[in-house]
This record gives sequence, C-alpha cells and structure tokens, in this order.
Amino acid sequence: MSKAKFKNPVVKWIDHRLPIFSFMDHELNHYPTPKNLNYFWNFGSLAGIALVTMIITGIVLSMNYTAHVDYAFDSVERIMRDVNHGWLIRYIHMNGASFFFIVVYIHIFRGLYYGSYKAPRELLWILGVLILLLMMATAFMGYVLPWGQMSFWGATVITNLFSAIPLVGENIVTWLWGGFSVDNSTLNRFFSLHFVLPFVIVGVVILHLVALHRFGSNNPIGIDVRGTQDTLPFNPYYTIKDLFGLGVFLTIFAAAVFFFPNFMGHPDNYIEANPMVTPAHIVPEWYFLPFYAILRAIPDKLGGVLFMFGSIAVLFVIPWLDRSSVRSSQFRPIFKIFFWILLADCVLLGYLGAMPAEGIYVILSRIATAYYFFHFLILFPLLPYIEKTKPLPISISEPVLSGSSPASAFAFREKK
Amino acid sequence: MNAKPYWFKIKRFTIQSFTILYLFFSSQICFAAGEKITFPKLDWSFSGITGTFDRASQQRGLQVYKEVCAGCHGMRLLAYRNLKAIGYNDDEIKAFASENSVNTLNDDGEVVEREARPSDKFVSPYPNEQAARVANGGAYPPDLSLIVKARSDGANYLHALLTGYVDAPDEQKIPDGMYYNKYYPGKLIGMPQPLYEDGVEYADGTKATADQMAKDVTAFLAWAAEPEMEDRKRLGISVILFLLVLTILSYLAMKQIWAPIKNR
Repeated sequence: MSKAKFKNPVVKWIDHRLPIFSFMDHELNHYPTPKNLNYFWNFGSLAGIALVTMIITGIVLSMNYTAHVDYAFDSVERIMRDVNHGWLIRYIHMNGASFFFIVVYIHIFRGLYYGSYKAPRELLWILGVLILLLMMATAFMGYVLPWGQMSFWGATVITNLFSAIPLVGENIVTWLWGGFSVDNSTLNRFFSLHFVLPFVIVGVVILHLVALHRFGSNNPIGIDVRGTQDTLPFNPYYTIKDLFGLGVFLTIFAAAVFFFPNFMGHPDNYIEANPMVTPAHIVPEWYFLPFYAILRAIPDKLGGVLFMFGSIAVLFVIPWLDRSSVRSSQFRPIFKIFFWILLADCVLLGYLGAMPAEGIYVILSRIATAYYFFHFLILFPLLPYIEKTKPLPISISEPVLSGSSPASAFAFREKK
Repeated sequence: MNAKPYWFKIKRFTIQSFTILYLFFSSQICFAAGEKITFPKLDWSFSGITGTFDRASQQRGLQVYKEVCAGCHGMRLLAYRNLKAIGYNDDEIKAFASENSVNTLNDDGEVVEREARPSDKFVSPYPNEQAARVANGGAYPPDLSLIVKARSDGANYLHALLTGYVDAPDEQKIPDGMYYNKYYPGKLIGMPQPLYEDGVEYADGTKATADQMAKDVTAFLAWAAEPEMEDRKRLGISVILFLLVLTILSYLAMKQIWAPIKNR
C-alpha cells in the first residue's frame, strides 16, 4: 500500500498522515483487473455514474420543487417552463431513472450469466440486490412527487398492498400514509425519503465496491486470477474502456433526453392528481412491470404480495441455490440455455405487467411467474447433478487443458 | 490479430445492447398500442428530431383558441409574456393581456378588478371547477396547457378529436348533453363540435376549414405543452455531435492503449 511514490511535497505530506492518495493509487490506478473482461463489465461503472447523475440533478430539482398537494404539480411545470434549463434538469432526472434501471438490469443479468454471485463474491451480490431494492423504493417514491394522475394512483395501489398483511394491514397502511388516504402527509414523507434514500444507496454502493475490491472482478471465463499475467492495472486499460462505454451510453441517453423525453413516461402523469377520477389503466413505470405482473398473477392479494417480494427475496439466496462450482455459462451448456429462457421470461413478465389482467394475459402471467421461481428454486440446485460442464481453461492466459487448437482464453472466446 | 474480430465484437455488442433495449422498449410500445381507436397520423412541422413550430400556424392556432376554445377551456400554466416565443411583440402581448381582467387588492384591502398584464397567467374562463361543471352540464372542460403531452400521441389525437364529429350510427343512443365523436374513447363526449368552416376569420387570409383550424390550434397547443421543444432539439443535436466525437476519440485511444495487449 505504501509503495506509491509521490513527487509533490504537499501530496507527500498529506499522504504520510492520511493515506488517501495511496488508497486511490492502489484502488483506481494499480488495481489488478482480469485482462479478459468484455463490454458487459462496463455496466457497473455506468450504474455508478447514473447514480451520481441522479443525485446531482435531484438536488437541483429539489431547490425548485414544492412538496404540497396544491403546489407540487405546478412547481414541476414551473421547473419545465420558467427555471433556466429546468426542462433539461428534469428530463435528465426523469429519463435517468429509466436508464439507471436499464444499466442495473444488464449488470444483474451479466452477474447471472457469468456466475458472479458465487463464492467468494456472495456478499458482493447480496449488497447488489440490496441496492436494487433501495433503488426500487426510491424510484417509486420519486414517481409520486410530480403529483400527476399516475403518481397518485400508483402510490394508492402500491401502498394498499400492505393492507394484505393479516390483522395489522389496515393499520400499517394508515401509518404509511400518515392519514386515511394518500394525501399531503404522504407526499411530504415520500419527498423526504426520496431525498435521503439515494445517500443510503451511496453507502451500500461503497460497501459493494469494498467487497468487489477484496477479490476483484469476476471475468467471462469465470476462473480465478492466477497471477499478474492474468491481470492488467485498472488504469489506463479499464479507465479508457469505461470512458468509451460511457460515451456510447451518454449518446443513447442524450438521444432520449433531447428527442424522446416522454417516451418512457405515461401521458396521464401530465394530468394533475385527482382523487375523484381513476385512470382507465393504472400501470407502474416500465421497470416495475415484471414485478407487477407477478403480483397480479396470483389470485390471492396476500399471495400476490408475497410472491412479488419473494421474487426479489430469492435473489438474495441464489449464491447458495446454485450448487455448481463452475461460474461462467460458457462452460455450462444447459445453464446457458436456461439463462436465455429466464431473460425471455422476465421480458414476457414485463409485457404482461403492461397488459390488462384478463383472459390469456392472466394465464401467461401465471406460467411466467411459475417459471421464474422454478428457475431459481428448482433448476439452480438440481442442474449441477445432470449437467456435464465443458473443460475449464487452466488460467486466463494459459492454454485450455483439453482443447485442441485454441492458444489462449482470448482465442477460445473469439472462436465461439 | 487483425482488426476484423474486434470490429465484429463491437458490432456484436451493439446488436446485443440494441436487442436488449428493444426488448425493454417494445413492452412500452405494446402498452401504448393498448388504445383501440386509431387516428390519422399527420405530418407535423414539429415532429422529428429537427422539427420546429410553424409560427404562422401557431398564431392562427392562438386565434382559434381565443375565439373558440377559450370560452370553456383555460390555459392556466401559460403566461401572456410566453407569447413572445410564437412571434408577438411586447405591445401586441400587452394588448392581448389587457382584454382580460384579474382580481387584485386595492390599498383599502378590497377586491377589485384590474386589466391583466403580460406577467399574468392566462385567465381561465371559470373561477373554479365547480362553476365550470355547472356551466357545462356536469362536464369539466380540461385545462389545455398540457393537453398535447397528457394524451397518448397527443397532436394526432387532438386533431382527430376536433374533426371527429360524425353522424352517430343508428343503434347509438345519444344522451342529452352528449355528442358523438368517433375518436373519443367511448365515442360519447360532453363537448359539442367546436370547429365549423369559417368559424374564425383568419387575420392572414388562410381559408378557415375545420381541418385547418384543428391543425392550427393543435400546433399552438403542442407549443404550449412543450415550449422548450425547439431549444431542446437544437441543444440535443450539439450535445450528440459532441458525444459522438468524444466516443470516437475514446474508442481510438482505447484501441491504441490496448494494442500491445491484444498483439501479445
């Protein structure tokens, strides 16, 4: 750790007493990173940048926002019309939420595909799932703040879920609302929590990074780093790769913000909240649709709530549900097929969540929900007993043990 | 290693990411298509990434709003001063505002009326929702400030709705105070047909067909809902050009930095 040599005397003086420069040098500069990471490893840093973007734009928005049922809607419109570049700040924040979820969902599916949750990275994974939960709570409460029709009715539907809890359900809902309906006190507390939870997320993200840097990144072939021949210093190799990834991400993000800012929103949220008028279809934001589909797939209210929360709870324990010692799907032919089925299943659930809960949609929702839980609870533990995995390379940079021609893991990947 | 596999990887990555994005967005599209009524898609001057508003059409639209819609519909989020953006000068705006009056307090604390100023918001036709409902047989004419954003495919919907008054089919019963509109969800609307040929006399001499008026008022309302649109698109093009250059440069830098590793 103290290997770093700094020339600047001020830096030297500080670093001797408070080794932050050594720390940064160690964790951001020399940090050994597997040399075979593909572009799916860009999404972690993108998620971090998305979080920072959301916090900065959010703080600026909060300076112009009024959390009161009579003024919230108009204060948002004032931001859109009269605050200098207020429309830009708000559209970045509004679309940023969607892009944050896109990035995080890709990040999660990358972890599932390459077995990044397996030992010794179980806590890293669990902290990640915790971040997802916090993000969902934050996003839900943020969506309520503009006080449009979907804000109000979404808040009403989701908070009412807690009434399914036996005996104390109704009391809990009243407690959550701070009254007998979604009203001013609900809006105020949601604003307060929406402001503070992102900083809790930052805290968990720091823990996530500490856990990551303990063993370093997993990699596409999922075998442990054997030595320095398998790694590269993070800087410049991955700083430049992350910068390139960021450029691509920001270009797509900017296209949404500047040209299709309301594409991922719902038109009804430009109608001010009205407790007397219920919208024809109450739908959550797209990133909640798969969970919404699971909720509605179960004919019983309490059951639906349990399955919905269960769909996230199950993610916490998958490091122990998956019994296979092989991490990467590249060497698990059957697991790989089921991975794509799971991805298709989640997309299907998302589609069903946007459809009315009737007819064929209900049946499909039930099948898709059943598959989701089958995948984690039955397939994960049992698959290792029937699956014949492919031979693993000796190391990231060494020839494959029983492979004929590929000269290295790189070449091995290229061939596929 | 030659460059081909690397390009191939970029291509594959791009295809993969777009597939994923598409899968996510397609659920949104399907959802938006849940509306069963389809309406004609018009070629608006403000659609597309370089689209701008047609000033003349907007000004005619303001005239339609003022002479037809404003009898029942307010636009409370718009201020008279905002009309500068569609090509009116200060004196015109002042004159336009002064046709309306707002309540204020005088020095003795009494409520008195004064002429509206450019800094005032558009004066709504009714003092409150209850009064609006009573005057309209129980229906509430919605505020139009955000109407184009507050409806799915708002501009096309609005144009279709305004021109969608047709004779009801025989089996359709029309209750008192309701009107048949083929584009309105449920087909029965509380608003009587607002636009008739020559309902307004355009200052610029354009022939005021119902279709023309519907287009003009929609152009005006589209601007009212998104007054930032032209600035947004203009800035967007610069931002994206900048980001493309940044991305290409960082790609080239990445290629150069990684070259020794890839060629080892």
